[in-house]
Formats: sequence, C-alpha cells, structure tokens
Amino acid sequence: MLAQEDRARFEADVMPHRDAAYNLARWILRGRAQAEDVTQEAFLRAYRSFGGFQTGNARAWLLQIVRNCCFTWLQQNHVAEEMTEFDEQTMPPKPENPESLAMATYDRERLQRALEDLPAHFREIIVLRELEGCSYKEIAAITTRPIGTVMSALARARQQLRAILTEAVPKGSQP
Amino acid sequence: MTCDLTQTRLHAYFDGELDAMGAAEFERHLESCPDCETRLAAEERLRSALVGAQLYARAPETLRRKLQTSLPVAAVSPDVPYVKDPKPSVEKSWRWLAIAATVILAVFLGTQYMERLNRYSQQQAMAAVIVDAHLRSLQPGHLEDVISTDQHTVKPWFDGKIDFAPPVRDFANDGFPLLGGRLDVIDSRTAAALVYGRRKHIVNVFVEKAQPGDAQEASGELQGYHWISWQQNGFTFTAVSDTAYADLDQIKQLFLAP
Repeated sequence: MLAQEDRARFEADVMPHRDAAYNLARWILRGRAQAEDVTQEAFLRAYRSFGGFQTGNARAWLLQIVRNCCFTWLQQNHVAEEMTEFDEQTMPPKPENPESLAMATYDRERLQRALEDLPAHFREIIVLRELEGCSYKEIAAITTRPIGTVMSALARARQQLRAILTEAVPKGSQP
Repeated sequence: MTCDLTQTRLHAYFDGELDAMGAAEFERHLESCPDCETRLAAEERLRSALVGAQLYARAPETLRRKLQTSLPVAAVSPDVPYVKDPKPSVEKSWRWLAIAATVILAVFLGTQYMERLNRYSQQQAMAAVIVDAHLRSLQPGHLEDVISTDQHTVKPWFDGKIDFAPPVRDFANDGFPLLGGRLDVIDSRTAAALVYGRRKHIVNVFVEKAQPGDAQEASGELQGYHWISWQQNGFTFTAVSDTAYADLDQIKQLFLAP
C-alpha cells in the first residue's frame, strides 16, 4: 500500500497519462471494452509497484506495464493473431512495391482497418511513434527491445502498413 | 552510403533521430538518390494521413471515473501509535510533546509537499499553454506573418508591433534556418514568435519580456512535444518542438552564445 505522499505523486505523475495508456491498449487489443478493462488493470499494477519507481519517464514506465498487460491478455484470450516477435534474421527486408510507394490518398476508415490488420508488434510500434510521438529511446524502453531492432521494426511496420493500404483497394473494384 | 544501409537511416532521419552530422550526411545523400527521395515522400504522405485521420483514442469518461475510484485508498496511518496507558502522570507530558512534534512535522511536510505539487502543476499548465501555441502555429497559414530567412527583414518587422525588440538571429549554419516570425499571445502576454526549421521539424521560439514569476530555467514534455525555457537579457525564451530534446538544448546554446 502506498504512503499518502506516494499516492499524491502517483496522481500527479502517472494519472495524466491515462489517454496514452488507453490509446495504446485500444490499438493493441483492437477493442474499446477490452482496452478499458486492461487499462484499469494496468493502472492497478502500476499503483502497486509505484514504490519502486522513483523518478524518470513516468509515461514510458506506465506504457511498458500497459503493453505487457495487453500481450498477456491477448495470450490468455487466445486471440488468433500473429504474435511472433519481429526478428530481422528470419524476416529479411523485401523491396517495396512501387505502387504502394506512390499511393497518395488514404481515408480514415481504411487507415483504421489497415492499422488493425498489422501484426500486434508492428501495431504497437506505429501507435507509439505516430500517435503517441515517442522517441526511439522511449519505444525501446517500453517494448524492452534494443534500439536497433526498434528502428528496423518501425521501417518494416510502415512498409507493411502501406502494403495493406494498397491491397485494400483492388484495382477496378471501386468506382 | 549504399541504399540498403540507408533504409533505417532514412527512418531515423524522418523521425528526427539523427544527430546534426548524420542528418547533414543523409541530406547530401538524398540529393543524389531519387530512390530515397521517393521513399521519404511516401513516409511523409503516410504520416500526414495518420495524423489527419485522428486515430488517437482518448480515455472514455467511464474509464476516467473508474480509474479515479478504483485505486485503493492509502491506509490512514495513525500519527501517534495508540498505547493503552496504564501509568499516566509523568509519561503523559512526554506523550503530549510527541504529539505536538508529530503535528508540527506533519504540517511542515505537508507545506513542502503542497509547494512541490504547486510548482509541478504550474509547470504542467505552462507546458499545456506552450504546446497549444505551437500546435496552433502549425495550422495552415498560421506559422509566419513575416516569411523571411533574413534576420534583417524579420527584426524590423516587429518594430511598432510590440514594445520590445526581440533578438532575431539566423542559425542556418548550425542547422536551424530562420523561417520567419509572427506575433503570438501566450497566456495573455504578447510574445514574438521566431520560427526555425530543424530538418523536417518546426521549432517555435517564443520571446517575451521576463516577468518576476518566470522560471530561470525549465523544461518538460507534453504529448510528445518538448519545450525548454530560459532567461536572457531580460527576456524569457521558450523553445518548443516535436524534435528531440537535444535539438532544443542546442538552439538554446546558440541563443546564449554571443
């Protein structure tokens, strides 16, 4: 149980990041209800272990707990999805199709679906970088991966997101 | 630099994660590599689409309420241990003294804590105002009122518009080209906003006349935006951007240098 002062510190340092926590959970879990539950659980865990967190980046510290809770939830609920960790050795880069490089317009709904179609580990990295504005160093801390892996995973995630967006509209199928 | 090698480098450049040397080197490469140029443009389109789609999901009200009520309330620890008191008299006065000391200590700690909390929330409020001003400036047509990379054009532009002469300097040689300036109002104070480019990022530097309550030095981060403020020659400077914190520190040092 936290001392009174720690509790106030928790309210001041950690509570302001509830949007960041919810947003990350919503995209990793792809659902509002799950995201609410898991965010709440993550805050409880954060609260219990807050004594061990002294100073530093409270947002990164909280988001690390949130993403761990999310991946535990996905495993426990046997969400059929690509859970394999990104590995440069077994997933060599592929040249990008010029068509997807040239792609110009994306509407909101298609982007949302495409982002949800990305494998979970790519999804989280796009959300952390593009929606949350985290630095590479923060992403490395949150996902507990080396910074080099973060860089190549991010490059790959963006490429795959574009590939999905290009597939989403097969030629001639839309007026 | 071969192009395979530059793949992650391109992303690091795009994300503002290269240092000044690395960025300059990459920019030189970019001039002679149409392939990288195409890729960079594709990354830019994807980012602006992601930003434009407003996919950020804020915590719903139901969750906010749940978070506020679900955290266990800290146990109220008794200030003075409850002791069954079989022998009154002599020890009693000591007990009162202990209680008095505890109360004084508690008040002291409380005040200290409130002060810290107060400073903290002041800083948070300031961060919100600065980041808002920065975001506002990024709306189409809001960035500069006077567009010029020449400090001798930007500086006179402020004449007669504000009651002080902001130090306008171009740091193009150090990787911060001056893009222009405008007037802004930060927390109901008039500020000269100087706009600098930093690779693909925009840095706003707000210059105001220093006031007694201004912090000598402060910095922070809000929603991925870094800001840093300092005082110099009777002005309060605040630099804000989505670029790395080190960049802001660098522009501060450039201003501080004679």
